[in-house]
Amino acid sequence: MSVESNRPGPERAAAAMKAFVRDFTREAAVHMDACIRCGYCAEACHFYTSTLDPKYTPINKLEPFLHAYRRTTAPWAPLARLLGTERPVTISELESWQELVYDACTMCGRCTLVCPMGIDIAALIGRARHGMFAAGLVPEDLRAAAERAETEMSPLGATPKVLKERLEWLVDEHDIEVPLDLPQADVLVTLSSIEIMKYPGSLVALARVLAHVGESWTISTKGYEATNFGMLSGNRDWQRDISERVIAAAIACKAKTVVLPECGHAYGALRWEGANVHGAPLPFAVLHISEYLASLVGSGRLRLKPLNKSLSFHDPCQVSRRGGASRAPRKVLAALGVELRELGDHADAAWCCGGGGGVVAVKRADALRRGAFRIKMEEIDAAGAELLATSCANCRLTFDDGQQFHKWDKAMGSLLELVAERLEA
Amino acid sequence: MTLLELARGPALTVALTVFVAGTLWRIVRLASRPAPRDLSVPRVDAAVTGALHGIVRRFWPHPRFGAKIGFSVFIGYLYHIGLAVIVFAYLPHIAFIRKLIGIGWPALPAPVTYFAGGVTMFALIIALMLRLTDPVKRLLSRFDDYFSWIVVFLPVATGMAAFDTATGFSHGYIAVHLLTVELLLVWFPFGKLMHAGLAFWSRGITGAKYARRGALP
Repeated sequence: MSVESNRPGPERAAAAMKAFVRDFTREAAVHMDACIRCGYCAEACHFYTSTLDPKYTPINKLEPFLHAYRRTTAPWAPLARLLGTERPVTISELESWQELVYDACTMCGRCTLVCPMGIDIAALIGRARHGMFAAGLVPEDLRAAAERAETEMSPLGATPKVLKERLEWLVDEHDIEVPLDLPQADVLVTLSSIEIMKYPGSLVALARVLAHVGESWTISTKGYEATNFGMLSGNRDWQRDISERVIAAAIACKAKTVVLPECGHAYGALRWEGANVHGAPLPFAVLHISEYLASLVGSGRLRLKPLNKSLSFHDPCQVSRRGGASRAPRKVLAALGVELRELGDHADAAWCCGGGGGVVAVKRADALRRGAFRIKMEEIDAAGAELLATSCANCRLTFDDGQQFHKWDKAMGSLLELVAERLEA
Repeated sequence: MTLLELARGPALTVALTVFVAGTLWRIVRLASRPAPRDLSVPRVDAAVTGALHGIVRRFWPHPRFGAKIGFSVFIGYLYHIGLAVIVFAYLPHIAFIRKLIGIGWPALPAPVTYFAGGVTMFALIIALMLRLTDPVKRLLSRFDDYFSWIVVFLPVATGMAAFDTATGFSHGYIAVHLLTVELLLVWFPFGKLMHAGLAFWSRGITGAKYARRGALP
């Protein structure tokens, strides 16, 4: 139970309101003012499409945030208060919207594709979560994961001690080298706790690729965790703390580049938001692992044996649609020589797997998420490729869960692991 | 003072004042919200072209959604174009605008604009039916949506009623028509009709934001 949720209702609602107001920037205000309530965004949302329940219409998930805006900050807010057309947002209203803000939005941004006004609903949901956190209205499992990320450096218990033990085991088991805590390196490599705890093969693959290209690299036990559950939960301070650890570690080892792991939201958190939470441009480049691999392909440093199979690639939303890096994995796949069978909706238009935005961490959202996952299954079955790959461990986790739940005969793989398996001697 | 004198005199002055002052107020209030600078290093330095692309691209649905929302978009286009023809290509309206701001242009034949009026009314009725019957639209709809519909529909309906093919314009109808236009002008800054301008701003912001990331959502 969080400190925030122990306070009286009106106090929590007031805390939410205060946080909401802080988030009513010009972008947010213009977007909220421009909405014509056409409802087209529903057609882009996997949760609406899989349930046909209108409450899952993306813009509807923001209703308390919009209420707060119209009452406090909108151009006609003084008139709205005078005439009583906008009531104050109550704690019960916020409580009833918690499911829509956390369980039913992966912040994939597909709704923005269809919005005739170009409203960035995913960004608004991210802002609305700040107020929800302040009111103690974060689903407990997501909040607990975020708190562990803040206090233990990992949402899944991959503390520095666990990381070291894990790496020692992998080094022994797989005959790899992992330079830990070097005082200086060109590349600081970061990890996702999901990889550390569930997909250690990705760590092995990473070490093999970096050894193959002769990179000067290190992992820092002071800043290795790239996922940012502070951001996903809506705690601005935790988001900054988590990002600052990686930034400080990169500066300490004088890294020219920080390579992010196969994780979607980690890319958004550091590549696009890192400098903003840091308060200054970052003194190093930030690359998602798929971009890093593509750059190695481009420079000729990465030599791969062809993989003569067909493959479908699942685009992690935060890397492709919201991150602008949808070409990078395709460049790597071309270098692998696979027959790429694109899904019906791919790259910027790709459907979300349903587990992003912290949704996969919310147990009570399982049924909703697994229902939405059917969209992905149908697309993949239609493509009929021999292999599947993605570059997000969180997506992979969602696929593994979906595969198990639906007794599906397809398994999601990792782009990085695929590359590591095809390295030329 | 007759109803027509009221509509052409003080009511018009009040309506135009509210329209101009209200629109400016809303724009200034939005512009005065904080706009923190994005400190991330852009992938592509293309904010301006991205904004323009974002504005233009959203004039038609993204190809992935054409089948799902195409009809609704088509109906929207019908009444938007119809309204533009009525307002900007009908001779009495051009004369009215010339009197207000001193600028005029050639008009389309009256039957064409009359036809446009009919199409606009038809499309507006379909749009209202869609709003009332579609569960998503119905859930999202607020007072603003219905009132905005009324203040757009009324001037078209009264304008068409004002034109008597046998005897020319009826002064009584003209007065009512003018008053409905003035109601539209007064409501414009307060509700969703402002999307006529905000659409460009909103699309431009997103276009610029994602262009610097190298993405095109």
